[in-house]
Amino acid sequence: MTEHSTKEHSELAEDFIKDEDRVDWHDETLWFIRQKRDKAAHQLPEWEALREAASQIKNNVLSNLHDYLLQFERNAVANGIEVHWAADAAEHNQIVQRLLNEANVVRMVKSKSMLTEECGLNEYLAKQGIEVIDSDLGERIVQLAEEPPSHIVLPCIHKKKEEIGEIFHQHLGIEAGISDPQFLTETARQHLREIFLTRRAALTGVNFAVAETGEFVVCTNEGNADMGAHLADIHIASMGIEKLIPKKKHLGVFLRLLTRSATGQPITTYSSHFRTPRDGTKIHVILVDNGRTVQLGRKDFRNSLKCIRCAACMNTCPVYRRSGGHSYHTAVAGPIGSILAPNLDMEKYADLPFASTLCGSCSNVCPVKIDIHEQLYKWRQVLVKNGYTPKAKKAGMQVMTWTLSSPSLYQAAGKVGRWVIKYAPFAVNNKLNPWHKQRDMPESPEWSFNVWYKQNRKNDEQ
Amino acid sequence: MSSRENILAAVKVNQPERVPLPDISIFETGTKGSLQKFAAVLAGVGGKTDYVSDYEEIVRIIKAQYGCDVRIVSPLRELQELSHENLEDLALIHDLRDVEVAILNAHFAVAENGAVWITENEMRHRVLPFVTQHLAVIIKEGDIVPTMHHAYNLINTNTCGFGTFIAGPSKTADIEQSLVIGAHGPRSMTVFVIKDTNHDEGSSL
Repeated sequence: MTEHSTKEHSELAEDFIKDEDRVDWHDETLWFIRQKRDKAAHQLPEWEALREAASQIKNNVLSNLHDYLLQFERNAVANGIEVHWAADAAEHNQIVQRLLNEANVVRMVKSKSMLTEECGLNEYLAKQGIEVIDSDLGERIVQLAEEPPSHIVLPCIHKKKEEIGEIFHQHLGIEAGISDPQFLTETARQHLREIFLTRRAALTGVNFAVAETGEFVVCTNEGNADMGAHLADIHIASMGIEKLIPKKKHLGVFLRLLTRSATGQPITTYSSHFRTPRDGTKIHVILVDNGRTVQLGRKDFRNSLKCIRCAACMNTCPVYRRSGGHSYHTAVAGPIGSILAPNLDMEKYADLPFASTLCGSCSNVCPVKIDIHEQLYKWRQVLVKNGYTPKAKKAGMQVMTWTLSSPSLYQAAGKVGRWVIKYAPFAVNNKLNPWHKQRDMPESPEWSFNVWYKQNRKNDEQ
Repeated sequence: MSSRENILAAVKVNQPERVPLPDISIFETGTKGSLQKFAAVLAGVGGKTDYVSDYEEIVRIIKAQYGCDVRIVSPLRELQELSHENLEDLALIHDLRDVEVAILNAHFAVAENGAVWITENEMRHRVLPFVTQHLAVIIKEGDIVPTMHHAYNLINTNTCGFGTFIAGPSKTADIEQSLVIGAHGPRSMTVFVIKDTNHDEGSSL
């Protein structure tokens, strides 16, 4: 579900931070998950070696993707899986629609797939008269609320339990005022059990696909992907072409890293390996490009395709934690989303690489060692060079260029600044100054460094 | 050109120069997984380990825990006392919807993450370990490996159509990060570890 907003990250973040208690809660909750990640990682002395191995395996995948794709296709077909190729989101959605039409299916159950969010599949199928029900609890909640997920692992992390109780009251018929997570989860369990048992088609994402064996792996804690797929006649698995790994034994490396990085768990409850369809049923795999081959050709940004969607970079990001996933207005939020999205549409997502402090925490926790903060920095340069600068930044940067290029102007500006903060603070402590939002202006120093240096230099010489 | 050809051509042009795969055999240290570690990790993810001497003990425990009035299924001949149902006779897999307890063999367990590996040969029906309200799994004490690297060494040549690692009951923390056990799959998971009488015959693999 991609949000069609024309607002920039900073404007959307402003909506989110209006409720200070909620922001604090969001911030602390995600930081708590980051701490759980640290605890899990520190239990393995070989953690850093595992990250390095995962990074190298993914580098190899990107460098040999052509052959791995062919190898995967060959083996999957030999296993009885039907393989489809989609150049973009539209083609992916049309393939899903065609497969459902051919089977006379108008109701489908879906487990979590960020790719289908990227492709806007639910909205597309709804327009064609096909109903899709999301079965991951968090995704079902945001689907009922008619919102996109705000986090790729925890889709409704922005919602409070009271709000979820209200959503279930309106849509699932429970009494008003219930907010007990146990009760709400049980309600969803009963509701979705009926869905699993009555849907003939199930769509899942793919965490890893193995070139060597033509199988693919889907990881969940809830068991929703398996409930959907094993009860349906048709299982459609959608995957980006970068999800391939060379050999089955490499799953050992990635499954050790994935959930430890994501939630601090040692592994997901279910890591299911699909090799052949059940008797009398079909498995379709859709290999989706949608900009990935372009990103593969961008030397500075191709590393972003190594991502295994653990969300560790979001949980640790000081900007994500305080601005919420929806402020990124793209399917994959946070630092990794901010380097993936501009590849799809530079103009629409020009603001995202600027939604970062470049502190580098994202790169430090990334299980496949993507240089996320460096790519954010490089995207800024590419975007400015191509004329896609966020509007507020542009005006400020022009004034700054003008000031910094002239020493006398710079000194005069410093003097004025110090004088204003000292004698006329109201001139900057107002809402016209974006720096004043959520913070106080600093106290003005008595002198500039230049004045201080001249003075001290004189003292030294004496 | 079809999308397939277009994508493959674009990948070929854009993929960087070939880099080698790393050696991951360095991660396979040790050979035997610890039962204590497995039990502790499984408990940490909401599962339970029962150390038993034989199948009769499993029958006693299951009977004591669930009684005789609920639907218990198992393809294991050793557990016929608990379930006479022939899973091959099922008209429709959806008929498994009211199974209360399913008891299945697993190939082995993984100490580092509390997972067991089960394939569709042991499940009979792929949906069974997910649709059942409670899942019980049986392994032999000698069949615990230390890490996932050892696990994949064992299943590398396995060509079953479907297999899964299961670590604990189904769960979610999607509502305000509160952990709730029993999302869509089983509400509990018990792993019966059968004591080894002779360690040399430990592995059934």
